[in-house]
Formats: sequence, C-alpha cells, structure tokens
Amino acid sequence: MSAHSAASTRPAAAPNPSAAKSPAIEFEAVSFAYPDGTRALADVSLRIEPGEVVAVVGQNGSGKSTLVRHLNGLLRPGSGRVLLDGLDIRGEHVARLAARVGLAFQNPDRQLFAGLVSAEVEFGPRNLGIRGATLAERVGTALEAVGLDAVADANPYDLGYSRRKLLALASVLAMRTPVLILDEPTTGQDARGVARVRAVVAGAAAEGRTVIAISHDMRFVAECFRRVVVMRAGQVALDGPPSVVFGEPDWPELRAAFLEPPLPAVVGSRLGLGSTPTEAVLVAALAAGLRNR
Amino acid sequence: MAIELSAVRYRYAGASVFALQSIDLRLEPGRVLGMVGANETGKSTVCLVASGFAPRVVGGQLEGSVRIDGVETAVLRPHELAQRCGLLLQNAATQLSNTTATVFEEVGFGPCNLGLPVAEVVERAWWALGAVGIEKLAPRDPARLSGGEGQLVALASVLALRPRYLILDEPMSELDPAGTRLVADALVRVAAETGAGVLLVEHKTDVLERIADEVMVLERGAVALAGAAAPTLADPRMVELGVEPPARVRLERGVRASGVRWSDRLAEAVR
Repeated sequence: MSAHSAASTRPAAAPNPSAAKSPAIEFEAVSFAYPDGTRALADVSLRIEPGEVVAVVGQNGSGKSTLVRHLNGLLRPGSGRVLLDGLDIRGEHVARLAARVGLAFQNPDRQLFAGLVSAEVEFGPRNLGIRGATLAERVGTALEAVGLDAVADANPYDLGYSRRKLLALASVLAMRTPVLILDEPTTGQDARGVARVRAVVAGAAAEGRTVIAISHDMRFVAECFRRVVVMRAGQVALDGPPSVVFGEPDWPELRAAFLEPPLPAVVGSRLGLGSTPTEAVLVAALAAGLRNR
Repeated sequence: MAIELSAVRYRYAGASVFALQSIDLRLEPGRVLGMVGANETGKSTVCLVASGFAPRVVGGQLEGSVRIDGVETAVLRPHELAQRCGLLLQNAATQLSNTTATVFEEVGFGPCNLGLPVAEVVERAWWALGAVGIEKLAPRDPARLSGGEGQLVALASVLALRPRYLILDEPMSELDPAGTRLVADALVRVAAETGAGVLLVEHKTDVLERIADEVMVLERGAVALAGAAAPTLADPRMVELGVEPPARVRLERGVRASGVRWSDRLAEAVR
C-alpha cells in the first residue's frame, strides 16, 4: 500500500489540503533518446516545488511530452535521475507511480478503452482499491468537474473528440493524484470547454496539488499558470513567471523556441507599458497610465 | 466549379437524431472558408459529408444535395473522391497508414496509390513536405513523431494528393504558434497557387481572422451566422454561440468595458 510506505518516511497524509502535500519533482541532468536515435531530452535539470502550477511550452518535437512521461514511469531516463519527493523513481513500478502522478494524454484515444463513460472514470480509482460509495462519489465529482455528468451512461466513442478529451481528463482527476499532468488540455475545446479546463487547473491548484500542463495556448498559459518552462531542442531555454517569460523585450528566447507572446504582451510592449502578459494586466496598466497623466 | 451543399440533413447510422439539420454551403476554388461553432454542433460531420466520406464510407442517411463540381458525391467512387477532395480528420494520428517506415514514404503513399509515375510521386512528396516545412522529418519513423509533427505529416499526405478541395478538421490544433502560422500561410499559398478551395474547421479564430475569406458558424447542426470573415468574427453573437472571438476583438471589448478610451494609438498597437 502506498499510504503505508509514505507513512514510513513522513507523517501520514490527512484529508485536508495543506497536509496532503504533493511531492517535489526533480529532474537531475536527464537525457533521453528514442530507439530510432531521436534525442528528445538533453541534460534537463528542473525542480518543481510541491503545489506549483507550471506550464511547459515549446515547439512541436521539443521534448515536452517526453519530459512529462518520465514522471509516471512511461519513459525511463537514458541518463540522469528523476526524483519524486527526493526519491529516485527508477525502481518504482508504473502502477505505483499511477497513484501519485496522473497523466492525461494529448490524444484521448490512446487512453480510453471502456464501454461506458462511468466505467472509464471508475477504472483508475478501482485499481487503487476504492469501492462503493467512495468510488461513486469520486466518479461523480470528476465527471461533474468536466461537465460530463449527464452522459455517464454513454459509450465514450459516441462522444465527439472534445468530450472524449474531457473524459480522459475526468478519468485522471478521479485518481486524485497529488501530481496532475495535462498534455495539451485545451486543444479541440470550444470556449466552454476551455473554461472547464481552466476551472480544473484552478481547482487542483487550490487543493495544493502540483499541476503541470503542456500547452500551445499562450493565453491559457499566461492567465492560468504561475510558472512557465520554455523547452527548446530537448533543453530548458527559459523558466520563470509569465510576467518574465512574456515580458522580455522582443522575446528573443520565445521566438527562438518558435513561440509567440500573447497579444496583450505585444500591445503592452508597443505602448511602453512594461510586461503585460494578460488582458487584465494590460487593461489595468492602461487605466493606471490614464490616471497618472 | 464548387462544392455545394444545399438543404443537407444527415444522420449517422444508428443515430436517432440528425447531426446536421439544415446546411447550405458553397466552397469555391481558391477560397478559404472557415467554419467555427461550439463542440458537437456538426462541424466534423459537415467535413465528412462535404468530402463525400459520409454516407459513402461511414453509412448513415443523407437528405438534400452534396455536389462536387456539379456531380453528386453519391455517384463518385472512392478514388474519384480522393482526387477531388482531400480530407484531414480531427484526430490526424488515425489517418496515417501505419504501413510505411519513413515519413517520406507516408507522404508518397497517396500519390503512389493513384498509380502515378515514381518521379511524380517523389516530386509531390517533397513539394508537400516543403509546403508545411517538414522536409527534415522525411527520414523519420511516422510512429515516432510528436503529436504536432504527426499532424503536419497527415496534412502533407493530404496535400500530396493535390486535390481540388481541401477539407481540414482542425489541422493546427496541436501545433505550436510558429507551426500554426506556417500552416496557415501554407494554406493561403496552396489555395492561391493550385486554386484549391479550403474548408477549415478551426477554434483559433485568430487564424481565421488572418486567412479566411468567409466564415460560417454552426449551431445545432445548422448555419447560425455566415459572411465575410472580419465582420462575422467580430459579431457579438459569437460569444453566445460558444465561439471565442479573435484576441484583437476581445482586447478591444475588454478595454472599452473598463472605461479606458479606445484610442487610435491603441488600435494601432493592436494591429
């Protein structure tokens, strides 16, 4: 039981958010190449503190998905170490890591397999030994979080792509893992779907869980994350809060990573208002500028 | 010359409700028609029907008329459809052939199946890889690509068929911003150079603002709004229809709502 092994090294986790601490994540000089020789990670060192909400951005093929797949043991480093809470996960089995690190795939069809939406969401917590009313409550809460509670009895493949993607997210949420990883959660979502994903990220952050999301949606990144890690050719090119990452003049690092700053950042820069990564910050800066005149 | 849908209703096999209730659409050569709408309003179904893939391949019941250059799709055979109309599915990974060892062969797979001479297959494959800027992926294993790379390969495979019409269901959903810009520009170029008509389903309205000639908005299987791209994308009803307006439109609304004056200098900075 993971709860027992955790208890031997630290105080037993209590149900309140502050005590249910999520582990720190550490990549120590991690390199990885796929069997065909493609080098996906080159000497990546990165530390993420418990409860941090981090966006990972970068060009297609820059190593973002490869990076996060090291956290639940789907991939193992060619060299270097991956640590969860200070412990090397080298020997940890994927099934045990699954209780600590939940990963929602970029492509939901690589993840969904059950004949019923509810069964799909049940599968994870059931494997953790959860049954009965607790299981039903977990499934209900997860489906509600993504707005799929009304289709609990549908076949996942009767849902459109966008809802299949939300279902894949719900099935990871139901695991209530201390670490939540989302691989491009907003792609294919309409305005309402994006709002749901944003609420899921905010909710997980409020519970003190560590959230890591890969995204190309710079507005989502600037508005919902406190830290942005920019990947380029398998390395970390830039790492900081949105105000810094989107605030550098002319964005040379971002552009080198084939990214573009969000529009409010561009407008703020053109008007000499400093770093304005989000619409709210830009509007506030404009209003302040008027008052000071 | 055009793809024309008139009074189209369509119901998937086994479904009780019609996914498409009433669709009229005209896609002309050389034009880019953007299609937006909330999730599950029928956008992907329009793609299947307009390309002739439904009901021909996936079954279901079609009412009304779907014509490609004046010919009802119902009477066209698959290889005839493939040369007239290229279709890129939303989940691009599902459309790679899984039979090829390299990206180059994957992109050449379609032209090869059309029975073209080897030299032309090679020429088309390089052209298509170049059009979406992925020449350097040519020797890679298609099964070992990142999500976005796989999407670019699937798009190149469709371009290599040089169809008269391109029907693309969110071809840029998994691309980084630079990749999105590259593909958007490539589509404009392909439309201009080859005269292809492009139907583009896209949630990123910023892209449509840049490249679409017209935009149509779907709601519950019917056309809720349609017209020239810029005014349609700035239509206040877009929000109720579940569509995120382009960043510029949103920003202008946000600034005005805050009471800050929308000055010329501001409008210039947003441009």
